[in-house]
Formats: sequence, C-alpha cells, structure tokens
Amino acid sequence: MPTLRDIKRRITSVKSTQQITKAMKMVAASKLRRAQDRIFEARPYANKMFSVLSSLAMRTGREEHSLLAKRSSSKIEILVITTDRGLCGALNSNILKKAYDFNRQKKKDDYETSISTIGRKGRDFFRKRNIPMRKTWVGLSGKITYSNAQEIARDIVKNYTEELFDEVCLVYNEFKSAMHQRVIIEKLLPIEPQKVEKEEVIHYGEFIYEPSASEVLDTLLPKHIEVQIFRALLESEASEQGARMTAMDNATRNAKELIEKLTLQFNKARQAAITKELMEVVGGAEALK
Amino acid sequence: MADKLFLEIVTPYRLVLSEEVDEVVAPGLEGEFGVLPNHTPFLTILKLGEMSYRIGNERWFLVLNRGYAEVGPEKVIILAEGCERAEEIDIERALAAKKRAEERIAIVERKAEEIDIERARASLIRALLRIEVANKKRPT
Repeated sequence: MPTLRDIKRRITSVKSTQQITKAMKMVAASKLRRAQDRIFEARPYANKMFSVLSSLAMRTGREEHSLLAKRSSSKIEILVITTDRGLCGALNSNILKKAYDFNRQKKKDDYETSISTIGRKGRDFFRKRNIPMRKTWVGLSGKITYSNAQEIARDIVKNYTEELFDEVCLVYNEFKSAMHQRVIIEKLLPIEPQKVEKEEVIHYGEFIYEPSASEVLDTLLPKHIEVQIFRALLESEASEQGARMTAMDNATRNAKELIEKLTLQFNKARQAAITKELMEVVGGAEALK
Repeated sequence: MADKLFLEIVTPYRLVLSEEVDEVVAPGLEGEFGVLPNHTPFLTILKLGEMSYRIGNERWFLVLNRGYAEVGPEKVIILAEGCERAEEIDIERALAAKKRAEERIAIVERKAEEIDIERARASLIRALLRIEVANKKRPT
C-alpha cells in the first residue's frame, strides 16, 4: 500500500512529464505545418519532371541511356530513410522492419544487397544487428535542402554507373496525413518511365530538342534522381513530425488518465487516513469513560 | 487552335506560376527563344538568365536558374532549379551578394588565397542578373 506521500510524488512526476509531452506536441504541430507546406510545394515539381522525362524516354527508347536501361540485376542497393530523433511512435520501427525483411527476402532470392541509411535511427538499427552499411548520412532532418539531396543522388548515380549495384530501392515513409504514414518501397534505378498515352505521343509528333535528345536526357535523368530523393526526404520529414505529434498527443492523454487515477487513489487514501484518525479519537474518548 | 499558352513554372521548393499567357521568352542553352501559341513541340535545357511572359500588353520578368522547358502547342512547362519573380527579388540581398562576390574575386586576383573562383563568378553573375531584373519590375 503506497503512502500518501508516495502517491503525491508520483502525481507530480506524471504531471511534469505531461507538460513535456504537451510542449513536444505543440512543437511538432508547428513543424508539421511547415513540413507539410514544403512537401505540397515540392510534389508538383517531382511529378512534372517525371512526366516530362517519361514522354522523352518514350520517344527516344529505353536503351539510350545507362540510367534507363535495365540490367540483369544481381546486386541491389537499399536506401532507407529514417529520422534522426526518436519519440515519434512506431514510425522508425515500422520502416526498419520493412527494410530488414525486404533485405532478407532479396538475399533469399539470391541477390546481393547493400544498405545505405539516411538518419541516425536507421544507422543505429543496422549497426546493432551487425549488418554492414555502404554509406550513412545523419543530421539532415529538420533542415533539408536541395543540396543534401544532390549530394546523396550524386553518390548513388556514380556508384550505379560504376556498376557497384544494378538496382536501387528507396524505402521511406510517405506522408498521408498527420495520423497516417505509409512505408513505401520504390525502385529508384533503373528509372521506369511512366506509361504515356500513345495518342499524346503521336499528337506531339516531331519534337525539337536543344541541344539534342541525348544531351537533354543526360542531364535530365540524374536530376530526376535528385528530385526523387529530395521528395522522399521531405515526405519522411513531414511523416516524422506527424507521427511525433500523434505520439505526443497520445502520451499527453495517457498522462491525463494516469493523473486522474492517481488522484482518486490519493483521495481514497486520504479519506482512509482521516477515518482512521477519527476512529482513534473516538476510541480514545470511549476508553476514558 | 489555341490562342493562349498555359504557362507553368515549378521549382523544387514551390509552384511559382500557373497562368494563361500570350507569349513566353526564356533563356535556352543555345540562345534566348520566344514562344507564341501553336509553337512546334520542343524540349530544351535552360540556363541561368532572365525570362519574361506577356499577358495582353503587360510583360512580367523573372530570374531563372537553370532547368528545362517543355513546349507544346498550348502549354509551356518550365522546370527550374530556382525562379523568382522580379517583384520578389530582395535588392538589398542581391547587392550584398554582389559585393561579397566581387571581394572574393579581388582576393583571388591578388593571389592572396585559394578560393573557388568559379563559384564566386557564378554568384556574381546571379547577383547582377537579379539586380537587373529587379529594376525591370514595372511591366512595360
């Protein structure tokens, strides 16, 4: 049976935790709004770029460029995007579990795999399991810029063209809403152009290229990879803030419930103490008679 | 037959513009080009430079930092790394950037320090361009 003082101490401690979670929730909410704006602003660019690229690829044929051509793939690079900080619910464990299973599955299917991670959580996860990582990037979240994506894309494209791996898969959290994030495994390389309506291709007929179709492709394709990585980074940033907001909201609510329960217990214990004291007083008076 | 062009300018950071216009002028890799409605489809790389579009008799200017333009008979899609409307340009900042770049170039010319001169030059060009475009703010 905890004493009155013990209960009181617990109430105070839960209360201060609640204050922290509440503050974190507010911070996440405001960061979420910013991250959400950024991803909504960035999506049209990524989509437009993809459609320009797809129609171009459609007209020039797939084998024209090394980033488009399919190779008989035996080595797969898995690029996992996680967060740097925790306290965001099951976000990281979901994605890491998916990535881990994906890696195992591919290994079972006789592929060679290599893993690269973005974000501290992913790095720690694979390090703990003694799975070697090809490359890691940490400390990006919260201040993602296009040049971060450029740096990562350059590394990926360089190693891809040097045939260090034949396929690149991107694993990240897609931002659906503050409540909802979805783990996505997406093939980044070789680039799979979207199916363009045949009619549209015919409708456009002869295209003029400046300087030339292959030169445009040469610059457009690496750029596309940059943009896709940039988008994925922003998606996972928004997911992180959303997940953290939800997690902290739950924590605050749990703390509230806990405080209510403890307060009830505290009152009960206090009442019991008062009753006991009364009984003693009455008992004492009775004995004096 | 279309008599208007649908112009869309997107950058990684935002959708800059989405509007019906009459004419577009943009800095292609092989020279500046103008687009009127019913242009032959073409695709080009864009370099750093000034671009403009016209609605009726009003002309609007923007600074464009590298990208691509896809031109169709009824639409122009511009994918740029960066793009600012003339009225959005912060002249103070551009002037500061110009001064900084000039100082850096001066340092290199005195051979005092090894700095990436190409980068300094590029930022000088960007700053000059911004100032120039910002001064055209008034639609002509």
